[in-house]
Amino acid sequence: MEDNRPFENNRGTENNRNIIGWGIDADPKNDPTYPMKNRSNEEHKGYAWERPTQQPVNMEILHSIERPNVTAVFGTSVPPSGLSGMIRRLAFKRSENEYSHWLPLIIADRVNVVEGIIDDFVKGNYPNLFVEKGYKAEWKHDKLGLFGKFAILAAVTATAVVLLTRNNSNDDED
Amino acid sequence: MLAMNYRGPKRVRIDHKPMPEIQHPEDAIIRVTRACICGSDLHLYNGNVPDTRVGTTFGHEFTGVVEEVGAEVTNVKVGDHVLVPFNIACGRCVFCKQGLFGNCHESNPQATAVGAIYGYSHTAGGYDGGQAEYVRVPYANTGPMVIPQGMDPDDAVMLTDVVPTGYQAAEMAGIQTGDTVMVFGAGPVGIMAARCAWLFGAGRVIIIDKIDYRLEFARNYAKCEAYNYEEIGDLAVFAKKQTDSLGVDVCIDAVGAEATGNAMQTITGRKLLLQAGSATALHWAINCVKKGGIVSIVGVYGPTDNLVPIGNVLNKGLTIRANQASVKRLLPRLIEHVQNGILDPKALITHRLPLEEVADGYRLFSAKLDNCIKPVLIPPSARI
Repeated sequence: MEDNRPFENNRGTENNRNIIGWGIDADPKNDPTYPMKNRSNEEHKGYAWERPTQQPVNMEILHSIERPNVTAVFGTSVPPSGLSGMIRRLAFKRSENEYSHWLPLIIADRVNVVEGIIDDFVKGNYPNLFVEKGYKAEWKHDKLGLFGKFAILAAVTATAVVLLTRNNSNDDED
Repeated sequence: MLAMNYRGPKRVRIDHKPMPEIQHPEDAIIRVTRACICGSDLHLYNGNVPDTRVGTTFGHEFTGVVEEVGAEVTNVKVGDHVLVPFNIACGRCVFCKQGLFGNCHESNPQATAVGAIYGYSHTAGGYDGGQAEYVRVPYANTGPMVIPQGMDPDDAVMLTDVVPTGYQAAEMAGIQTGDTVMVFGAGPVGIMAARCAWLFGAGRVIIIDKIDYRLEFARNYAKCEAYNYEEIGDLAVFAKKQTDSLGVDVCIDAVGAEATGNAMQTITGRKLLLQAGSATALHWAINCVKKGGIVSIVGVYGPTDNLVPIGNVLNKGLTIRANQASVKRLLPRLIEHVQNGILDPKALITHRLPLEEVADGYRLFSAKLDNCIKPVLIPPSARI
């Protein structure tokens, strides 16, 4: 049934003004360009500020080609390595403006996941998917959902096995 | 030390990692006392942020005790209990000087468009985060702030991101007295944005989500109207009906890349990664706001492209304002609000978990189990 109720013109009620803190930071001069208006031309003459001490660059740090240097401070977590590292190095030859920068990084991330699994096995640290995927929390709070997921997984696996087995049988008969 | 370890999409675990070291004279090493899981951590958790390397430790919302300081650190001393803004900022580049601490130009070599954030991929600087026992805090003269005496540590950790981001969402929205504000997303930041909209004099605050327990929480906490988008039909029509057919004055996107509600956006943005996340909330925001209105974006998107009705932005004459919160700039005012009882951030925390259960924390938050609003991880030394 069509809703023919008239539109409302509701700008709030006086009750709302009793909410603790109502209007305490209201500022009619809140300028949409704030705070860029505070700039001075002097400050925008490139690297005009006194740069902080440079952190020693004693590992491979990839940096955007849109800047001339490595920043004064940088993170040292997980330097690029392996095949994913090679892909990342290629990605950083292109600017942030290009898909050819970002898409290789996403591919490298996926390659890196496989590298991580191999690395775990090499170190004898076998991934415990039940723990890593937080299924303990799901077991505690949503058993039905978890059963559903495993049921779907089992069904898909069983279907795949049946299909593959059937194809193999057909091949044998041929 | 114990630290969260990212192993791939939806796979994290607790591991032993080497202790962080001072690498710059302005560094500090902090023993973590609280570390939240943030909604934006879920973008990393789901593998949606480019250059998220296996082995990284996430966590950009944390407090801790200063254990060691570099030779040039004067702002904090060993033993101080500090809250650490999620932005890593030098405090002296042209952007920091303008109060744009989320856009520092001296802390992220990997990307010029993104400031540096703890534990938020190499696209945000390649720093390990605070979901660990210890963390390296660069530019310790700029970022960390001693937690005011008497402040609850749970309030303090919420001041590192959730409160400033929610507050800045309302600030950027340029709310004028009596404005109708529509907030998309009833996660912690959306709820805080709705609460803060009143501080700027909003006349009505409407929050939109599809999770009923979160809508109920928002209704009680933020004293706002709360609607399930699955029950109200077309959102643009709903917004018009609520505002005498004009549209709301201000829309706030507090969802970002994980949005649901539009199959095309979900498939192309979240499953196939053809977009920098699903832009459903932003799409709705643009179409629900009135002509000449303001859309404020604090929901996080990836660095590539998104499908949004930009033609409507032009034709409606909209102003779009967006940024990572400038935590350092906002902290003094927000601390006042917490100390004066105007804001009660710790009330958003629903789950406190041992750091060792980080994988469960991510699943709990990601799958919205057990009515989770905000989970906090507590390392062993802080549980004594």
